[in-house]
Amino acid sequence: MNIKKRRIINSIMNYLFTLAALSVVLVLGLILGYVVWQGAPALNIHLFTELPKPVGEAGGGIANSIVGTIYLIVLASLIGIPIGVLSGVYLAEYGQNKRFGEAVRFLADVLSGIPSIVVGIFVYSLIVLAMGRFSALAGGVALGILMIPTITRSTDEVLKLVPNSIREAALGLGASRWRTALTVILPAGLSGIFTGIILAIARVAGETAPLLFTALGNRFWSASLDQPIAAIPLQIFTYATSPYKDWHAKAWAGSLVLILMILVLSLLARFIAGRGASGRFKMGN
Amino acid sequence: MFFFFMIRRPPRSTLFPYTTLFRSILVLLIIYELAVGSLPAIKAFGWRFLFTSKWDPVTKQFGALTFIFGTLVTSALAILLAAPLGVGLAVYLVEIAPKKLRGPVSFLVDLLAAIPSVVYGLWGLFVMAPWLQRVVEPWLARNFGWLPFFQGPAYGVGILAGGLILTIMILPTIVSISREVIATTPRSLRQAVYALGSTRWEMIKGAMLPYARSGITGAVMLGLGRALGETMAITMVIGNRPEISTSLFAPAQTMASLIANEFTEATYSLYISSLVEIGLVLFAITIILNIAARLLISRIAR
Repeated sequence: MNIKKRRIINSIMNYLFTLAALSVVLVLGLILGYVVWQGAPALNIHLFTELPKPVGEAGGGIANSIVGTIYLIVLASLIGIPIGVLSGVYLAEYGQNKRFGEAVRFLADVLSGIPSIVVGIFVYSLIVLAMGRFSALAGGVALGILMIPTITRSTDEVLKLVPNSIREAALGLGASRWRTALTVILPAGLSGIFTGIILAIARVAGETAPLLFTALGNRFWSASLDQPIAAIPLQIFTYATSPYKDWHAKAWAGSLVLILMILVLSLLARFIAGRGASGRFKMGN
Repeated sequence: MFFFFMIRRPPRSTLFPYTTLFRSILVLLIIYELAVGSLPAIKAFGWRFLFTSKWDPVTKQFGALTFIFGTLVTSALAILLAAPLGVGLAVYLVEIAPKKLRGPVSFLVDLLAAIPSVVYGLWGLFVMAPWLQRVVEPWLARNFGWLPFFQGPAYGVGILAGGLILTIMILPTIVSISREVIATTPRSLRQAVYALGSTRWEMIKGAMLPYARSGITGAVMLGLGRALGETMAITMVIGNRPEISTSLFAPAQTMASLIANEFTEATYSLYISSLVEIGLVLFAITIILNIAARLLISRIAR
């Protein structure tokens, strides 16, 4: 091949790569654009303060779903954060270069690859069947399980960055290993761990599949652990698959609210991560 | 006496191993629960379950073939489209994009990953499916109608819509991992290839992609794993009709969408058990894929 042909092929490929990037950005723009365009007109104060109205009645909101999602996230955090953070600490502090650590890390990766609907089935047979009904508790447990891998992974990675000198200083002062881990290493990596936690929350906030047959959804207010509870994604699904125009508009509005929630959480995570890097001590010195 | 106290061996921690152990046990517990739950269906149908397509709750006949087909076809379509697009975008981000654009474009791709599945479903149902029905499917039928894939009425919702929505959803996974492994191509290698007088594309084709091959394969497999297990978006755009059809325009049903649709409606234990067995099959496929993918990625990460 002569150089001219090669140059031409080169520039064609350049354009193709750029085209790939452009098309992805375009699709993202289309999706977000539609959610804002369709969702914004249906946004009003009633959406945040009222219960869903029956078919045919105008107005109504998704207030109970918003509260339900927050409720479920709190429940999930109570389960997911302690287990996730402690496993992460264990992996970083105890599991280095050991067969066992490798194996557990591997299992964590595998856990993160399990389809969320399978986690839903699991929680259904574990909790819903045992309790005899769908419940907020079951939904919270399902989301909690989905949070664990993200949190473990980020904790593990952040703590590995904590300088060894700090670790040795604490051990040198006579602190036991667990005390070093909990009172010295963990605070040092706190901002990174927070970032991981917030990202995990952002991820499960939009989960729908595992809630279908655990939390089930609810048209009314509920704050009890053993009753079905509403959630924004579930409400979007119900509205979207209904044949009513008014409900479709509410589905778009709900999507906008959900995406804004997730966006705020993600930006918060970025902000904390950014502050942490220039934080109390310089890493890697 | 006091000093004796001081030099006592520090107590061993007991908390950490247990939490970690709990997580490992969790995976095993999930397998156990799924296996126990699907036992009645396994006993009733045996291996036949995987190879028959009759799914009839009224006559208590259950076979998963239709749904395995739906899952495999939509995922295959997604991979076929997302793999070149995703790897192309990763190469663009590592090698071609102006420095100023890299950050923002990566952020946008991450944003794509943050959009909830149900919102993709909503968009797919109300924006993409009508567009497919009005524009894309008639066009495909006119120009490629002689192929068996592009025949039959254009519904909008169906295998094509499912495959496309999955393509968008698995892109972030493929891009972010491919980008990482492609970026590990040693500088010296790249410069050596350039020094031989090659163009940028020849360097990408001859040095970068071969170097990152196993990692990219892993990334694509992880994407495939996501596609197989994806539930909400596909439930909303697949059309939910248990059919095996060669046409991409036809509605279908996947394993995940079947579970999402019928689990709360299943009225007797063999029905539920059959649904759980489908969950078990889905679980097994994704786990095997994930393990293989992680092994491939970790080989290059080291």
